[in-house]
This record gives sequence, structure tokens and C-alpha cells, in this order.
Amino acid sequence: MHPRRATFWALYLPPVVWVGLFFLVPIVLMFALSFRADMQGDLLSLWRPSLDQYQAIFAIGSYWRLLAISIGMAFVVALASVALAYPVSFFLVFRAGRAAGLCLMILMIPFWTSFLLRVMSWKFLLGSEGVINSFLTYTKVIAEPLGGLLYSRNAVIITLIYVWIPFAALPIYAALQRIDSEMLESAADLGARPWASFWAVTFPLSLPGVLASFFMVFIPTVGEYVTPLLIGGSRGSMFGNIVQDFFTKAANWPRGAALSMVMLAVTMVLVAIAARLVNLRRLLE
Amino acid sequence: MTTLALSAAAPPRPRVLATYFVVLVVLLYLPLGVLLLFSFNAGTSLSFPLQDLTLHWYQRLFDSPEVLRAARNSIIVALCSGTAATVLGTAVSILLTRFRFRGESFLFALAMLPLVVPIVVLAVALLVLFLAIGIDRSLWTIAIGHTVVALPFVVLIVTARLAGFDRDLEDAAMDLGAHYPKVIAMIVLPLIAPAVISAWIVAFTVSLDEFALALFLAGNDATFPVYLFSQLRFASRLPVMIALAVLMMVGTLALVLLAEWIRRRGHRGQVN
Repeated sequence: MHPRRATFWALYLPPVVWVGLFFLVPIVLMFALSFRADMQGDLLSLWRPSLDQYQAIFAIGSYWRLLAISIGMAFVVALASVALAYPVSFFLVFRAGRAAGLCLMILMIPFWTSFLLRVMSWKFLLGSEGVINSFLTYTKVIAEPLGGLLYSRNAVIITLIYVWIPFAALPIYAALQRIDSEMLESAADLGARPWASFWAVTFPLSLPGVLASFFMVFIPTVGEYVTPLLIGGSRGSMFGNIVQDFFTKAANWPRGAALSMVMLAVTMVLVAIAARLVNLRRLLE
Repeated sequence: MTTLALSAAAPPRPRVLATYFVVLVVLLYLPLGVLLLFSFNAGTSLSFPLQDLTLHWYQRLFDSPEVLRAARNSIIVALCSGTAATVLGTAVSILLTRFRFRGESFLFALAMLPLVVPIVVLAVALLVLFLAIGIDRSLWTIAIGHTVVALPFVVLIVTARLAGFDRDLEDAAMDLGAHYPKVIAMIVLPLIAPAVISAWIVAFTVSLDEFALALFLAGNDATFPVYLFSQLRFASRLPVMIALAVLMMVGTLALVLLAEWIRRRGHRGQVN
């Protein structure tokens, strides 16, 4: 074989086999499992394909309500993270000057500390005997601890926004950095006021970064289950939590598999929309 | 010129944005600072008022074999999965930037997909796979899952570097009669070494911190995040766990800064 060809296969096969075996095959297996009517028999025994699980899912409104709520929550989280991160990226690119690199690093450090820990720290902050309540009662600002800070959808949303802000700043930062300063100078030369030039030039040019940020937060948040598990409690659970429940507590795997497929389908639709709007490979260069 | 560009760039006064940045950073660090503070607090409950400051929890840490074992497990899993993801991801990056073939975008999509597929879906799917083929859950199953999750990060980092330098050296070596495997070993790999190292560190940290997959794939021997989660119910164990969490956080941080430093050094070499 031609050495270049041999090299190609030596480089090609290991990653493709790995991802195939431990990523594609499991998902195909789940797809197959979702067409199983019940848990009777061995996991690998052949079963008659049935649409029972999907029929059950379509009939149960609470699944769809929770899915809609999860998408809504992810939308709010993504929107808020991008809105809060934009001024930060703007500051880093146009105002921070020489300190930009240092500031960016300071911003990113929390993102690289343990995700679980950052989520947990909110649990400690928001709990009824937690840091915020005990601080407020100790300083006599309030007499009784505030209930309802923890274990709610709002707590989940706040925690997720907090977790995502540094990450959301990165694509916007990259997009702002690529703006040609001559464009801004021309805008100024032509008499554009700062705000006008921002909305006419800077913001439209940074839009690819804004969209990338938005989807990079939105897509994983739809499937989130850890934050609601820790912070949300039963009142703050998301769609990912019912998938988890069907594989752990309820032990109804075919139903869980069908719900996973619904979630996967939603995610893929979002990815397709994102891919139409943002060119990931171009953004990398 | 630059000052003009700066003044034209944006409306709000510099102070407003700088203040906003500082406030946001303080808010971002506050929860972590609170954790750090309570890791030195003598009381067992995470509430004010603070008791005496103490290093007691850090000392107790070293008498808690299970806690240390969980930390050790995390490091083993991160070493294995980080290395596997780096090798596989670097191969994908070389293919994407140095070979023309059908299915190039398929390969890129395949390598990126783990980034967008919901972790809970991947977790239960892997769980079903391992049960179906009769593999018991262990540290290995976690490492296999983490390799898949870390792969996109490696591909992104290494591809960016490979796309960044031109192929003159490689072409020259080929003209001089070097075979392609040799070109990769002698020229491509040394050139991208900084990116590969920083990709390895990123993959290592991703695994060290990963909880969502590990919760499903862990057997009796858990990694640190899973162990931490299982101990959350026991209030009295919390301070020790937080002390270890703080230590792991500092360790991770040192690694990330190291990765960034290596990447930048490599980048500087490339620019000159």
C-alpha cells in the first residue's frame, strides 16, 4: 500500500471505531430500545417493534409541558448569559487595552473550576440555613430565613446563567476582535455618533459571535439534568430529569429510551438551526 | 488612530464598562470565595456566624481513606481518558487539515457531535450498551465515556493550530523523499506539540470535573465528583469534602494556567 494511504487508515480507523463503538452504537441501541413495549425478557433478546412508548408519550401531556418548560428555561438562560456577557467581551476587546489578556483569564478561571462545585456553592448560598439566609438573619436584616430561594426553577435558571456567563463571553470576544478598526474609524469620520456606530457597525459585525454564544449555551442547557437535580428539587426539574428517572428510579428503560429520542430530536433540530445561522468551522479560524 | 478607533467603537464611557466587568467578576468569584472561606471554618454547618478559622478539615482529609481514594480514582480516569482523547483527537485533526478525502465533513461532524448530544442521553445510552455486552461498570467505563466527551475539545484545539501554519516544511521534506509517516513524526508532531500538550491538559481537566456521565457509569468505586454527590446528604462530612474540593480546584486551576501558558508560548514561536 502507498505509505500515505497506510497513514490515512492508521489515523482514520482508531477515532472512527472508538466514536462508532462508544457513541453511535449506544445511541442506535437506545433508538431500538425505544421501540420495545416493555422490559420483559433479556436486554438483547429480540422484541417485536412497537410504537407503544411513543404513543404513551404523545398521550401524556406533562412530558410535553416539561419539554416546553425546559426549552423555555434554556432560552432564558441563553439570552441572559449572552446579554450579560456581551458588555464584558466588549470591554475586553475595546477598552481593556493591554490588560485584556489578564482580564480574559480572570474571567475564565471560574469556568475551569469544578462545575459541580460551582453549582453546589449556589446550593449552600441559597439554602434555608445556607449562607445568604444565615448572613441576613445574623446581621438582623431579616428575622426569619427566606424560604423558596432553593428548589425552584428560578434557582436553576440563576445558577445556570452564573455558570455560563464566562463561556458565553468567548465567541463574542472572538467576533469583536475580528472587527476591522478602520470600519469604526470610517463610521466616526462619516459623523456617526458612538451609539449609532455601535448599532450600525459593531453589533451587526459581532452577530455571528452572539449567535454562536447563544446556541452554545442554549443547546446543552435544554438537556441539562445535574443543576435541577442539585438546585431544583422536584419543583425545579427539567426534561433531562425524567429521562434520568426512567433509567434509575422507575426502571422503565424503553420509556426512558423513547424520551431520550425525543430529546435528541429536539437537540438535533436546534443544532440544524444553529448550523444554518453560524459557520462553526469559519469561527474557529 | 487607535485612540480614534477606540472612541468610535462604543457608546458607554470606559468607566461604566470597567465597573461592570469588576462587579461581574466579583459576583462570579463570590460563591467560590464563600466555599473557600467555609473550608477554614471550625463549625460543621455552612452558615454564618463563622466559628474559628482552622486547618482542621484539611488535616482530617488525610485520615479519610475513601475521600482520598475517590480523588485518586478521578486522577486515574482523567489520565487514561485524557491520553486516549488526545491521541484520537490529534489523529482526527491531522486528517482534517492534511488529507483530502470524501467524508471529511462527516468526520468533523462525528468528532463534534459529542459536544451537542445531551449528556444525559449519552450517559443512559452508554449504560445500556455496557449492560447489553456484559461489561461491569467501573473506572474503565467512566474513562471510555470521558474519552468520547473530551474528543471534541482536543480536535478544536489541535485543528486550530494545524490550520495556523503553512506546509512549506512538510512539502520540502516530501520533496527530499521523506515518507508521509516520517513527515508526521518528524515535522508535524513537533510543530503542533504545544497545542497537543494543552489539548491533553484540557481533556484531563474535562474528565476530572465530569459528573453527569460518571454518575451513570460509575460502579462501586466512584470518581470524586460522584463521591462528593453521594456525600451531600451527610452534613457532617461536608467540610472535609469542601476542603478536598478546594484543593482539587486549585490543582485544576494550576493545570489550566499551565495549558494556556504552553499554548501561548507555542503560538509565539509560530508567529516569529
